[in-house]
Formats: sequence, C-alpha cells, structure tokens
Amino acid sequence: MNLVTAIIQPDAVDDVQIALHQHGINGMTLTEVSGYARQRGHTEVYRGDSITIDFTDKVKIEILCAGDEAWAVVKVICDAARTGSVGDGKVWISPVEDVVRIRTGERGDAAI
Amino acid sequence: MNLIQINAGDTAWVMVSAALVLLMTPALALFYAGMVRSKGVLNMMMMSVLSMGIIAVLWVLYGYSMTFGDSWHGLLGNPFQFAGMRGMAEATVGPEGHQIPAFAFAGFQAAFAIIAVALISGAVADRMKFSAWVAFSVLWATLCYFPAAHWVFAFDGFAAEHGGWIANDVKAFDFAGGTAIHINAGAAALVLAVALGPRIGFRTSPMRPHNLTLVMVGAGLLWFGWFGFNGGSALAANGLAAMVWVNTLVAAGAAMLGWLATERLRDGHATSLGAASGIVAGLVGITPACSVVTPLGALAIGAITGVCCAWAIGLKYRFGIDDSLDVVGVHLVGGLVGTLAAGLFAKGSLAGGAAGLFYGGGLEQLGRQAVGAVAVLLYSLVVSYLLARLVDATVGLRIDRRAEAAGIDLAEHAESGYDLSRVQYSSYSKSLVVPRPEKSPKEEVEA
Repeated sequence: MNLVTAIIQPDAVDDVQIALHQHGINGMTLTEVSGYARQRGHTEVYRGDSITIDFTDKVKIEILCAGDEAWAVVKVICDAARTGSVGDGKVWISPVEDVVRIRTGERGDAAI
Repeated sequence: MNLIQINAGDTAWVMVSAALVLLMTPALALFYAGMVRSKGVLNMMMMSVLSMGIIAVLWVLYGYSMTFGDSWHGLLGNPFQFAGMRGMAEATVGPEGHQIPAFAFAGFQAAFAIIAVALISGAVADRMKFSAWVAFSVLWATLCYFPAAHWVFAFDGFAAEHGGWIANDVKAFDFAGGTAIHINAGAAALVLAVALGPRIGFRTSPMRPHNLTLVMVGAGLLWFGWFGFNGGSALAANGLAAMVWVNTLVAAGAAMLGWLATERLRDGHATSLGAASGIVAGLVGITPACSVVTPLGALAIGAITGVCCAWAIGLKYRFGIDDSLDVVGVHLVGGLVGTLAAGLFAKGSLAGGAAGLFYGGGLEQLGRQAVGAVAVLLYSLVVSYLLARLVDATVGLRIDRRAEAAGIDLAEHAESGYDLSRVQYSSYSKSLVVPRPEKSPKEEVEA
C-alpha cells in the first residue's frame, strides 16, 4: 500500500478530481495549504507599501492506493494538473504499513 | 445666489435624498461583493467605487449639461450649456414656491448616474479588465446614460427649455428611472455578459456567494437609500414624497415575500439571498411607478416583480449567458415589469394624471409605457454592444485565464480581500527576510 500526496494549484483541483474519477479512484483527502518552492510568492500593495506574500495557496491531495496502483495515480495527477508553468506542484509516494477502516475493522487492501 | 426664492424644506429634503442615493452605490458594492467568491471581492467593490469617481467628474464637466441642458429635438441636452457647472450658482429648479438650488438637483441626479453605471458591474464579475471597465464606464455614461436620462428626466420648463422626448412627447411615467437606469443598465449588463463570455467554470463548478452577511447588509442599505432615490424624486418635501415613501416600503416588502414564496415552492427553502434579491427586485419594480399608484397598487407591483424576477434569473442557465450576479434578471426584468405595470396600475387622480388599464384608462398609457421601455432597451443594447466591441478591440475586455483562475483581486489590484490566517505569511522584500546576526558591542567598535 502506498500514500500518494500531491501539492497542486487550487484551480487544478477540478481537473484532477475528474481525471482520478475516470481512472477509478473514488476517494481522496483534500487540504488547503500554503507554501513556496521555486515559484515563490506574490506581491501585494497597501498604500504604497509592497508586501511580498511568501506563501502561495496550494491544495494538498492525499490518496491511499493498493499495491502497485500508485504510479498510475501519480501519472493521472501529473497529466491533469500540468500547465507547464512554474508552480504546478509536486507529487510523491510514501509506503504505508497498514490501514484500518474504522467502521468495520477491515485491514490492508480491503480497507482502502 | 438668490436665497429668497428657495424653499428651505424642499432643498433640505432633496439634499438629504441625494446623500441617501449616493449611499446606494457603496451599498451595491457590499451587495455584489458578498455574492462573488472571496478571490474577487475587492474587484467587485472597486467597480462600484470607481463609478463614484468617474461619474462625479464627468457629471461636472458635461454630464449634467448633456442630461439637463437645452434639448436638441428631445434627444440630447446641450453639452456646453452647463459645462463645468457654468451658470449654476444663480439657477433654481422647481415650480414657484418649491424652488431648490440647481446645485441640489444636480447633486441628486449625479448620484443616479453613478449607481446606473455601477449596476452593470454585477454582470462582469471576476473576469473584466479593470482598465476596460474604466473605459466602458466613461463611454457608456457619455453615450448611453446621459442621453437616456435626458429622454426621461428632462421635462419642459424645468431645467431644460425643451425636455426629453419620452418625458414630453410620449408622456410615459418614469418617476425615478426605471427606464433610464434599470432597463438601460440591465441591457448593458446583458451585452457585456455576452461579449465577455462566461467565467471559467460557469455551470461546471459551483460559484457560491462567499459572504451572505455582506449581501444582507448591502440589501438593507440599498432599501434605506432607495427612499431617497424615489422619495427625493418628488423634488419637494410634500405629500407626493410621503406617498412614494410608503409605496417604496410596501413594494420591496411584497417583492421579498413573492420571491421567498417562489423559492419555497420551487426549491423547498426560503433563502437569505432570495430575501435580499427580492427586496432589490421590488425596489426596481416600483421605481418607475411609485408616483402614480396607490400603496395597494405598489403592493401588487412589488409582488409581481418579485415573482417574475425570481423566475427570470433561471433563464441565464438556459441561454448559457453568465450574467454573474443577475443584473439582467433583477434590473432589466424588474425595470420592464415596473415600467409596464405603471400602465396597468396608474390611478388617474394621482400625480401622473392618467389612468392605467386597471383604473379605466384603457391601453393608451400602457402603450406609452411600452414605447418608453422598448426605446431605451433597444438604444442601450445597440450602443452598449458597439462600445463593448470598441473596448475589446482597443483595451481588451477580459483578463487572462491564469489570472482569472487565481483570482482577479491579485491580478488587477495586487490586494487580497481577507487576511484571516494566524500565521505570518508575509515579508517586506522579494526574497525571504533572514534577520542579520546581531553584532556584539565589541565587534561594532572594531568595525
């Protein structure tokens, strides 16, 4: 089992959600996050005072995947979220030891 | 200035009304701003605020003169007669015994012109270049609002020697601007919504209002200001103004109930956005008719307008036109309903002197109302379309796709509406601020 974590542009959420649904992924966890990497932030101006907002709004998507599904999911996310400009985001895969469905107590792949 | 001729009570009422009408524009800014998403709230408000600046300047330079100067064939006032408010200091407006300074009238009417332009902005939410809005405001006020306002607001023997053709020749009732303001702005809104195209995600992602409490505050303040809009149009502190006040009250109330009832039957819930929208619809509906109907007539007009507008706003989805905040559904439809309803509910014994269809006046007045409404509608559609094409070809109407997706506030104004985060996300330079290590006093001496 793997956890796929993607940091994407907020306006790419719809496209990613639709693409994942078409791929057969029917669940995800979404968090509104802020951060910066190469894209850096943006500048706002208040009465002539320029303020650089370092942290750009992003959305973090987390998806639990069974077995070797993760790379396919990463590809789907990348294809849907790519605009080609800086700031499109990142996706990574982390191994997951075990999962439990709270309602039934099922474990492992059965709980995904 | 000859102070003796001026009626102080009437002057006071008109000046207070002028301030009330001006308040309607920031109220509209709140009303509209609450309905957009948080990433476009400032741009929405800025479009209203901008019209207060632009129209104030145009009005003094030539707007008042184009609207109330000596009429050229009933079509346009002489733009040079009062240019720069020349010759206004000694002038008065109004019948014998009820004269007010021409400046009071000019200020009152300036606030009308301001909100007429601001109304249009609801159709272009989240996607129109600010520079394009500046250009369109100047052009539309000059070529569309000032002429149409002349047609309906300039009466013979008033501020102009020969007034506008709808007021004097057609003799359509339009007490406070159902045609010149609401039909006119609504038609322009329709044209701009089509010219711009829908927002990214229109009909695919939900674009729910980000702050309905702002919408409610805005609607309440609009109602408050509308008492000046309609009541002040009597241009005197008299019984007509008082009746208009009551009509304005009951029409908005009835329209709100009509809208809520429609929602309850259609969607299962009476919503706050529906209540706010119903209030505005009723105010629009009663505006042209408020001097010629009884309070019971106003009640009927309000209820009809509320139901019609609640139904009409659904049409934009059917036609695929992103009239984002329903300017067409509320102002154009409400203005048309109210203007025509004046021809139905007008009581002959009141200020207009002509009876509508339901009071034994036959179809004549209804026909006059239709001519006035259709003339302004067609004129506004054509002129607004040409202006939209002109602005698109020069400045460009729409912001780029990325900026729209990220939010127009940042792209156009370099600001954000809200900073609700508890984390300090900002610094003062282009790069991250890393504090220098403090030097010890010994090091400073060595340096």
